Amino acid sequence: MIGNFLDQFWSLTFGGLSLGFIYILIALGYTMVYGVLRMINFANSEIFMVGTFATIIIIRDVFKFTQLSEYATGFRLWLILGTALIFAMLVSGVLSVVVEIVAYRRLRRMNSGILAPLISAIGVSMVLAESVRILTDSRPVASPRAMEKKFIGQFFDAGIRIDNTIIVISTLILFVILITFVNKTRMGKAIRAVSMNPNAARLMGINIDGVVSATFLVGGLMTGAAGFFYALKYENTSSNIGFELGIAAFTAAILGGIGNIKGAFYGGLALGLLETYASFFLGTQWKAVTVFVVLILVLYTKPNGLFGEALTQTRA
Amino acid sequence: MFNLRDKGAEIWESQGRVGRVAIAVGAVAIVAALPFMGGTFLNTPVADYESVLVYPIAMFVLMAIGLNIVIGKSGLLDLGYVAFFAIGAYTMGLLGTKTDLNTWEILPIGIAMAMFSGIILGVPALKLRGDYLAIITLGFGEIVRIVALNLGALGRSEGIQGIPTPPGIFGIEYAFDSHRIYYWTLLILIMFAIWMVRRLSVRRAGRAWESIRQDEDVAELMGVPTFKYKVWAFVLGASVGGAAGVFYASKTLFIAPDNFTLQISILILACVVFGGMGNIWGVILGAVILGYLPDRIRFISDARLLVFGLVLVIMMNLRPDGLLPRKKREKVIVKKERS
Repeated sequence: MIGNFLDQFWSLTFGGLSLGFIYILIALGYTMVYGVLRMINFANSEIFMVGTFATIIIIRDVFKFTQLSEYATGFRLWLILGTALIFAMLVSGVLSVVVEIVAYRRLRRMNSGILAPLISAIGVSMVLAESVRILTDSRPVASPRAMEKKFIGQFFDAGIRIDNTIIVISTLILFVILITFVNKTRMGKAIRAVSMNPNAARLMGINIDGVVSATFLVGGLMTGAAGFFYALKYENTSSNIGFELGIAAFTAAILGGIGNIKGAFYGGLALGLLETYASFFLGTQWKAVTVFVVLILVLYTKPNGLFGEALTQTRA
Repeated sequence: MFNLRDKGAEIWESQGRVGRVAIAVGAVAIVAALPFMGGTFLNTPVADYESVLVYPIAMFVLMAIGLNIVIGKSGLLDLGYVAFFAIGAYTMGLLGTKTDLNTWEILPIGIAMAMFSGIILGVPALKLRGDYLAIITLGFGEIVRIVALNLGALGRSEGIQGIPTPPGIFGIEYAFDSHRIYYWTLLILIMFAIWMVRRLSVRRAGRAWESIRQDEDVAELMGVPTFKYKVWAFVLGASVGGAAGVFYASKTLFIAPDNFTLQISILILACVVFGGMGNIWGVILGAVILGYLPDRIRFISDARLLVFGLVLVIMMNLRPDGLLPRKKREKVIVKKERS
């Protein structure tokens, strides 16, 4: 067993890393919203699911790829992937803002605690998942392969596949952009201010609704990108994938310390690797149990997650 | 807005002893007579009306009462309540098929198992802050389901079949298709649970829970042993879930991991919040509506969950405190604390 593990160590690690990077992006959706509102955005998993479908719509319906088409190459390939990524991000981002307006805004103004918005977000996610389920006749939808998935390199025994590489590099770029946005821009500063102390932020003339919308937009954009990468890597989707990945990504966010952007990064990576290793040793059916057991242990020893919480490290 | 809860409380409080007994007896009689109203507008188009009364409606009511102790009374967010339901059901399934014990003998064992797992989960989890409790309980619910799905002794995905029905007592026979008998038995269980919660609410435990819900730190400083009462709330909630599980297994004769998904936890949570957290009548009303609605609107069969989701969103936006919120007096304190 151990020998096998060592043989496959690097290929497992690469698989786990690319899964982890998808988790990071979804976890950012949760963590941004939590950092500002101190509320769990329950509909984020369905926003991710819609992102996967947006990707497939671009590849299959706009660029007319079928399962039999030849692979795109060169400029056309990058055009297709770029369009799909941007479209998925925009669809998810806008949807996320709509979710905020429908499920949260009114309740937020009424100061109605955390449970009422949670239930209305659950309602929204049911509406999203069910609409897509009805539109797709409850069937999984396959994504045509636009890109030849060749190996671009070798690291010890493990081949490095191009799609995994794209996922890792693009996620890193998106992550750096996000960090810069939160730390350097005016809107990012406003987001941090609201996260630190909403009342003081309001007194300083910050438009709270605008900041919350922006936070949902950014979270949605990240989640939408995760949808694109998921469709690229696994090449199929269905109306119920949101649930499983959503729970995993949420766990990742908690693991790193929810509300903390860097925490989402490390949490996502740790979870992706952990899941992959656990399914190697114990079989895929036990991976969720391992993940939760680790989560419970981490929270028990470090109640704020591995890297502490809050966008700003200081909590009101 | 017209406040049904205060109106009801006013009528109740203005009555003398005789009036109250009359109202209570009348209400029980109406509820007990529900199985005979199958032909009326209440009828469900697809599923058998009487079986809908048993599951989901009565079962949801029982579980919502249990979850209300945890969420409504003491303000602990539990997203894995289905775990206790599953533990009760699997206890019944295993002991019912492998041993000679009957349902009535297994009922206390199932409750004890659920309470025990409540302690196992609660003691570490309740030391954490509220949001983390939510995710840990959610994880626990999934762990229980996955263990049931993968453990050979629990039948894996086929589950456990051929679970015996309860043996007759007092000359009443429990045939598996005589739904109204089950309904009435559940009604007795529900009334017992209501009685238990109402008795506890006005005593030390109820006051401790109330203080924990409003401000845990202050409660602790005032000398309330908060941790102890949080574990108590958790374990009592678990016991009700376990009882519901035992009875559910004995009614359906067949259980599988698919019956115990996270969706059930979420639905029960929705019942509690939708009906009005903390107010037991509101919670019951919420469970009745959310249990009944998906079956009532089955004529739009494919889109019924869609409509259900829409109803949740619209309802929460219009009445965030639920249909029958808790007493005004308590609400004022909460408002003050939040502002």
